[in-house]
Amino acid sequence: MNTEILSFENVTFTYNTEDETMRPAVENVTFSIESGEWIALVGHNGSGKSTMAKLMNGLLFPNEGKVKVFGHTMSEETLWDIRSQMGMVFQNPDNQFVGATVQDDVAFALENNGVPHAQMVERVHVALSQVKMEDYKDHEPHHLSGGQKQRVAIAGALAMRPKLLILDEATSMLDPQGRMEVIETIRRLRESTGLTVISITHDLEEAALAERIIVMNRGQKHVEGTPAAVFNEGSELTEMGLDLPFAMRMTHLLQEAGVALQEEHMTEDKLVDELWKYYSRA
Amino acid sequence: MMEKMIFGRFIPGDSVVHRMDPRAKILFVFLFIAIVFVANNAWGYAILLGFTLLVVFLSKIRLYFLINGLKPVFILLIFTFFLHLFFTREGDLLFSFGFIEIYEEGLRQGIFISIRFLVLVFMTSVLTLTTSPISITDGIEVLLGPFKKIKLPVHELALMMSISLRFIPTLMDETGKILKAQMARGSDIGSGPMKERVKAVVPLLIPLFVSAFKRAEDLATAMEVRGYRGGEGRTRYRQLNWQLADTLSLVLLAGLTAVLWYFRA
Ligand SMILES: Nc1ncnc2c1ncn2[C@@H]1O[C@H](COP(=O)(O)OP(=O)(O)OP(=O)(O)O)[C@@H](O)[C@H]1O
Ligand SMILES: [Mg+2]
Repeated sequence: MNTEILSFENVTFTYNTEDETMRPAVENVTFSIESGEWIALVGHNGSGKSTMAKLMNGLLFPNEGKVKVFGHTMSEETLWDIRSQMGMVFQNPDNQFVGATVQDDVAFALENNGVPHAQMVERVHVALSQVKMEDYKDHEPHHLSGGQKQRVAIAGALAMRPKLLILDEATSMLDPQGRMEVIETIRRLRESTGLTVISITHDLEEAALAERIIVMNRGQKHVEGTPAAVFNEGSELTEMGLDLPFAMRMTHLLQEAGVALQEEHMTEDKLVDELWKYYSRA
Repeated sequence: MMEKMIFGRFIPGDSVVHRMDPRAKILFVFLFIAIVFVANNAWGYAILLGFTLLVVFLSKIRLYFLINGLKPVFILLIFTFFLHLFFTREGDLLFSFGFIEIYEEGLRQGIFISIRFLVLVFMTSVLTLTTSPISITDGIEVLLGPFKKIKLPVHELALMMSISLRFIPTLMDETGKILKAQMARGSDIGSGPMKERVKAVVPLLIPLFVSAFKRAEDLATAMEVRGYRGGEGRTRYRQLNWQLADTLSLVLLAGLTAVLWYFRA
């Protein structure tokens, strides 16, 4: 089960620009992800997260170091094979919708990979039901909400039956409702299929749902660990321009105000639970 | 005005014509355009008009709706009619009033040209009204297939067309948003002399272009990530389905040609 699915080995990448003083967007980053994990990649604006996503699927190649996916080193030869087993969802729901209707869009990757028609119909249907969008299959993109478009994008990735799903700020342009829908979809998918997920996000609340968090700071890996361990850094994360989850900030503020809470809480539910207990004790 | 304009619009529906294969419809319209020129007398034009009305009837598009939606086209039609009426000077003089002289041949030509124009506009409108733009694109792609041999980038052209169609509503929305944003900053596009209005459009177009380029870049990335490598080795999700009705429509057209030829002077 615990096979490595993706790894970076001392990866450095600098964008090629006129500007000679350009610092590397990603600098000497090393990490490894196992099959079935849910990883959150967080960091401030410009910390190199999207660049890492592009290195993961061969839109960019490292200047130094090695990117390995599914056991193969990323190169011109392995590129298309790797891509066909990896799904990717981007930030802007509108700018990744290629098809004229929902089902056309879901089929796009299948068409590109030459999947026969009968199989395509079946896979499109399954993928749409996985994200609960089967009732919308004939809808045009401009009649869908942002959250629905992102779910279609996820279905488009799932149709290829990928081993790995990368979400690059897939929820950041959505309203709270749409964000919930997308996160719920990911959670359900992981339960039913054990898909490996890398979600890139600004939102530590979302990152708290992952099993492991990798924090990027100015192109370098800052820390890596479970959400609880990472959030323990508290003020350091805030200094890096990240917002701690609401429940954690609330816990800190309550503690400062003299409410003797026992634990660090990452979710609102847990905080509320303890507050109830506290209240009944008092 | 723009809402009522139906030229190039698609109205979903359920009729024999709606259900036809887009390839058949496109072929039909193109052949029809050629066949129209066979008619050269009153009989011929009457038959053409009758045939067109039959097709409109089969498509279940209300005639009133069609005529109402094509109003701007009718202005052009009337203009052409009068042009022929006044400037053809052949045949018997029918009517003269001051410098206006109307000849028999002028009246004939005017009527014939108007009918020709009318049936062409009706037929193409029936095509676009009953066929979704994406089906038309599919149809064109398959019909142009043979031209791949002479290196015509058929697949790329079709993809370009379908992506443009897909982004029209998105860009319209965006234009609306930018317009409001600029209005909120005090720009006034709706009024003032022409020169001012043209100037006011510039701050509308620039953000629109910038965002369109950004979208294009994002879209290209998304397509590449999803394995897009050009038309080679691709399969098609939307299948075209040629049925009996499609063959019959072309047979009908052959029949029309024969009848027109028979009545030709
Ligand atoms: N195409 C490019 N050309 C040149 N420099 C770039 C390019 N794309 C990104 N950069 C630079 O690389 C650095 C990392 O950018 P990246 O997009 O990876 O950040 P990010 O962590 O995804 O940020 P955000 O949270 O804003 O999405 C930034 O300093 C950015 O300015
Ligand atoms: Mg980014």
